Amino acid sequence: MAECHPVGFQWVMEAKARGARVIHIDPRFTRTSAVADMHVPLRAGSDIVLLGALINHIISTQKYFREYVVSYTNAATLVNEDFKDVDDVGVFSGFDAQSGTYDTSTWQYLGVEETAAAGNRSAAGKHPTGQELGGRGSKLEHGRVQRDETLQDPRCVFQILRRHYARYTAELVEQVCGVGPEGFAKICDAITANSGRERTTAWVYSVGWTQHSVGVQYIRGACIIQLLLGNIGRPGGGIMALRGHASIQGSTDIPTLFNLLPGYLPMPKAGEHEDLSSYFESIYSPDQKGFWTSAEAYTVSLLKAWFGDMATAHNDYGFHWLPRVNGDHSTYSTLMDMLDGTVEGYFLLGQNPAVGSSNGKAQRLGMAQLKWLVVRDLNMIESATFWKDGPEIATGELRTEDIGTEVFFLPAAAHTEKKGTFTNTQRMLQWRHKAVDPPGDARSELHFFHQLGVELRRKLAGSPLERDAGLRNLTWDYPLETDGEPDGEAVLQEINGRHRSGAKAGQMLSSFVDMKADGSTDGGCWIYTGVYADGVNQAARRRPGQEQSWVAPEWGWAWPLNRRMLYNRASADPDGKPWSERKRYVWWDEAQQRWTGEDVPDFPVDKPPSFRPAPGTGGPGGLAGDDPFIMQADGKGWLYAPSGLLDGPLPTHYEPAESPVRNPLYRQQSNPTRESFPRQENLTNPSPPEPGSEVFPFVVTTYRLTEHHTAGGMSRFLPYLSELQPEFFCEVSPELARERNLVNGGWATIVSARTAVEARVLVTERLAPLRIDGRVIHQVGLPYHWGVGGSAVVSGDSANDLLGIALDPNVHIQESKAATCDIRPGRRPTGPALLRFVEEHRRRAGITVTTGNIRMTPPEGSL
Amino acid sequence: MGARNRRRSWPVLGQLTGADRLGRGAAVESARTASLSPRTATADRVVQSVCPYCAVGCGQRVYVKNEKVVQIEGDPDSPISRGRLCPKGSASEQLVNNPNRVTSVRYRRPYATDWEDLPLDRAVDMISDRLLDTRARTWQEADKDGNKLRRTMGIASLGGATLDNEENYLIKKLFTAAGVVQVENQARI
Amino acid sequence: MSVRASGGLLGPLNPARGAGWQDPPPRKGFFTDTSLCIGCKACEVACKEWNRIPEDGLAMLGTSYDNTGGLGASTWRHVAFIEQRKPMRMLPVANGMGDSPASGAASDVINPARGAADFRWLMSSDVCKHCTHAACLDVCPTGALMRTELGTVVVQEDICNGCGYCVPACPFGVIERREGDRTVHNAGVAQKCTLCYDRIGEGMTPACAQACPTESIQFGDLEELRERARERVGTLRAAGVSDARLYLDDQKDGIGGGGAFFLLLDEPEVYGLPPDPVVSTRELPAMWRTAAVAGLGLLAGAAAAFAGRRR
Repeated sequence: MAECHPVGFQWVMEAKARGARVIHIDPRFTRTSAVADMHVPLRAGSDIVLLGALINHIISTQKYFREYVVSYTNAATLVNEDFKDVDDVGVFSGFDAQSGTYDTSTWQYLGVEETAAAGNRSAAGKHPTGQELGGRGSKLEHGRVQRDETLQDPRCVFQILRRHYARYTAELVEQVCGVGPEGFAKICDAITANSGRERTTAWVYSVGWTQHSVGVQYIRGACIIQLLLGNIGRPGGGIMALRGHASIQGSTDIPTLFNLLPGYLPMPKAGEHEDLSSYFESIYSPDQKGFWTSAEAYTVSLLKAWFGDMATAHNDYGFHWLPRVNGDHSTYSTLMDMLDGTVEGYFLLGQNPAVGSSNGKAQRLGMAQLKWLVVRDLNMIESATFWKDGPEIATGELRTEDIGTEVFFLPAAAHTEKKGTFTNTQRMLQWRHKAVDPPGDARSELHFFHQLGVELRRKLAGSPLERDAGLRNLTWDYPLETDGEPDGEAVLQEINGRHRSGAKAGQMLSSFVDMKADGSTDGGCWIYTGVYADGVNQAARRRPGQEQSWVAPEWGWAWPLNRRMLYNRASADPDGKPWSERKRYVWWDEAQQRWTGEDVPDFPVDKPPSFRPAPGTGGPGGLAGDDPFIMQADGKGWLYAPSGLLDGPLPTHYEPAESPVRNPLYRQQSNPTRESFPRQENLTNPSPPEPGSEVFPFVVTTYRLTEHHTAGGMSRFLPYLSELQPEFFCEVSPELARERNLVNGGWATIVSARTAVEARVLVTERLAPLRIDGRVIHQVGLPYHWGVGGSAVVSGDSANDLLGIALDPNVHIQESKAATCDIRPGRRPTGPALLRFVEEHRRRAGITVTTGNIRMTPPEGSL
Repeated sequence: MGARNRRRSWPVLGQLTGADRLGRGAAVESARTASLSPRTATADRVVQSVCPYCAVGCGQRVYVKNEKVVQIEGDPDSPISRGRLCPKGSASEQLVNNPNRVTSVRYRRPYATDWEDLPLDRAVDMISDRLLDTRARTWQEADKDGNKLRRTMGIASLGGATLDNEENYLIKKLFTAAGVVQVENQARI
Repeated sequence: MSVRASGGLLGPLNPARGAGWQDPPPRKGFFTDTSLCIGCKACEVACKEWNRIPEDGLAMLGTSYDNTGGLGASTWRHVAFIEQRKPMRMLPVANGMGDSPASGAASDVINPARGAADFRWLMSSDVCKHCTHAACLDVCPTGALMRTELGTVVVQEDICNGCGYCVPACPFGVIERREGDRTVHNAGVAQKCTLCYDRIGEGMTPACAQACPTESIQFGDLEELRERARERVGTLRAAGVSDARLYLDDQKDGIGGGGAFFLLLDEPEVYGLPPDPVVSTRELPAMWRTAAVAGLGLLAGAAAAFAGRRR
């Protein structure tokens, strides 16, 4: 956190000064470790063992917050009797080894029927994938949920959890993670002693945690711990995701993501969502609790915002103009299609995949197959110049004169040259005012895409084709500033939504609860409704922090409805009283008959704690007064996920797709549902029990430095940042340096099945060898900010060129935090010799396209 | 004005007659030194903004003089950052005014070995042509079972995590209406 | 009136008074508390941004995360990174869980593979010390170096003729003449930290202290900073951080104390700082009576300079 979010880290330092203890769990000793009370180095890719052992410790020593767990989580809920926990092979019930997918019907709560959509992979797509749930959780018929609040029934979630993690012991932590029993005991003691009524523990992760083939389950592991300890929805608790881009939260909320529409509504799926009613049917059940039951109003309002008067009840509000997805169309699947030559055009908008995405060579080879490429950026990034100075030109794999890609480089406006909102990592929208005009041809994306839309619509104005109806009927009449820039406030107003008819026609909506499914309201992103409440740009509020309460509700605006902490009903006990005076945040005011407190209550504000709905009531009305998790179908925090995940209801340890270590828990080496792309451009290093893994004996992990920003487009072009970290380097321990004759300040060559890169050597005790299962495992650390090109102030080989592509099945994020490599002293060969050098490693390791891509690990001795 | 707002003469006269007999302080202060003032004080305006790097969302104050950004520093009013900035945030003036920044459209023809110039309007016109052409050629109306697809798999987009919500909104809206589904950003990476 | 009577080269505690400023405001300074430093280098960049300092070399030095190397004409803030085998520093527990600091990190028990050694990573942001007895000032023949009314020491770029006498005079190796041709801002002129003279004169905070995310760099009235620093060192020591010490806070030391002083967690040498710096012009007052002013040049040439010029 100190490394990549130094200014956010001021609050950790302040907490520390007030007595908080900081434990840093990371393979690398970073700037955070330097000021932490304890640094726990562990092997990259082993986290679920550590998290699972903590869960085991919390349960077996009865340190969980019982009242919270019983009332606010699904611990007491009974699960289908046909559910079977992972066996020795390492799969849950319902697994189909052929397709590598689960039928999740046995994971359901007892008495709850599997719904039609869940668990079935869409078969038609080229890159099949499972249900795309986005952020909306999953539907559930809640009426028949059965509970045992003694937590004794063997079918209840709590007992399933206890049994599942019984194998995750301190001994296993030492064996798999390389963390000794004393270190583990200190973590156990710290988090349990610092949780309960009087205290809370916060977990903070940076998005490296998501970059694993089991990434979603890492986060789930932390969720389970925090729910068991009663740390969700309470001040000083929670799980904080530290995201790395100014509006990466916003770009998920208003998604430039293939599987989502704004506000975490799913993109319509081919075959399943032929019309609006089948779409709604698959999103929610009218019987489930919470606010997803209003998804119709959110969807219709979105369609009204997009298609205006052309969207009517008779034409399903234009729903049929939306394209359909039928598989994984995420960026890495697109890359495979590029390599196959089926993608013609590519827009890069402030993104540098030639450096920032896994398997950089494949990225560049893919872009060389395009017909046309549009790069919009502040600087001449490597993705715009690969055709003349990329590494493949040097090796002879590509020749500039043979690359048919037509490239448009369009300069972008900087953050000071346009107005608009960023959504920060706490879901807070902050409006930026424009300071100056952009220079030369530089324009905002707002300007460019508006102009592009105008052009497209002009060229299609007379088109009789049905396929052009969506574009023709799009609302695209934004007021323009004198320089042709659309008015960003008008766009934000459209996002917020308006009343379209009735007494309030034309007025801004103040809350998404005002949205209607009858076309009388519009709004482009329901969770952002309220950002223009009362006709005021709430995101532009800047009442100085010193003049406000510590929650500072009048600085910017946080979704939903300016709530600064989600699920904050859980900060009070089931009776609505603060768990303790120290930790009071939101509570029930008996006199006023309202929820009140430091923050906007994340709960129906007049629903008393004692309220119990009539059986079978759905929607917000179905929430009991002690159901704090208002977006969950049963109102409870999910220790166990009966649906919504593709790789298991509980986090389970699998080794990374590339690992030097055999999975000691199960026969299955790595996540059997992981998404892989076996092909020549994406070879995989062998892992045990496959032969050849000794050729790549070291763990390699990638990361960022304070001084740079991701792929370097906003840092390596700046002298002031470039001089602080001018060269690509690798970090190795003194022990590994001795073993491989690496000299501090000298050069090293790091090799994988993909390629070899050279880096300057930094020998440091901040990298530690770990004793894993009786042998010493070394880890190599690589910051990934550099790339090969001719335009930046500093350049160098790219760490991401080393990485292959294996994805988490739920969210299609690549495993870039744990892989294997070899490291040798000296610089790498250049030109075609580099290809021969890599080929020699592949040969020694016996690598073919199938290596590392056999989904199910065969029994011992059969390989 | 602050404590330094006074005018002193230089050089030797003051040294001979004043208290600064060694000529180390008041006596040697030059006219330039005496009139120093911070460029934040002489800016035409100051604009409240937000740092464009990570997602902490630190407040920035952007100082503008003669329609140029002359200084960017932390906004002390921000309850998030309390006026502080990391090295990247501190360098954002250089990000904006970077002489390495490319400010005109560059165009590379297929198989060409170098860039050439292209007017911006022409570039947008050409890009819209390319988009429509590819879209028409790669349009998928339905899958083999007759299920509606209404899309193109011939066009993809990557980016958006450093863009404004309003920008992402227009991108998603336009691409979706055009049938482009492969719209992605850094959040996936 | 003798030189000494007027304050002389070893002047009074508020050196502004001795430099001819009537009723000067309280002396300003920096307290850099390295126990709070996270090594982010925001200070280096914020300083360069404010003072329009050119880029200073693009070489990786192989010294932990430090690629700056040291202070110089084009680096007025420098963050040192020290990796050492010592127990990690424990910061004090104020009202927390009552654990002794010894409960903290010990990678030997956490990582069975490495064995006994503990490890810590120290970071410290260095800067011009704005000495109470400033040799650079003493030797400057042109009046380019000036003691401000705020007690700080600045170079007046319009006066400096680039003679360079100040360079070897500095016991810390801070001040340096900027190299470069006409395109380089202030080339040929001696350069160093001004404690953002232009900013603080307007009641603003120096750029580095303003940016510092963790308040490792604190700016204010020197007297108050010294008080705060003494308290902090006491707290740290009481919490078992026995290495904590102040550096250049002592007005009786060889430079009369620094206008910029530090809380360190180890010996100054560990951070590349001279353990017992002495103003190189200490003997100057006695000599003054007999030597011609022109002799200054010779003296400056002979003055001890702290080693470690950067590349």
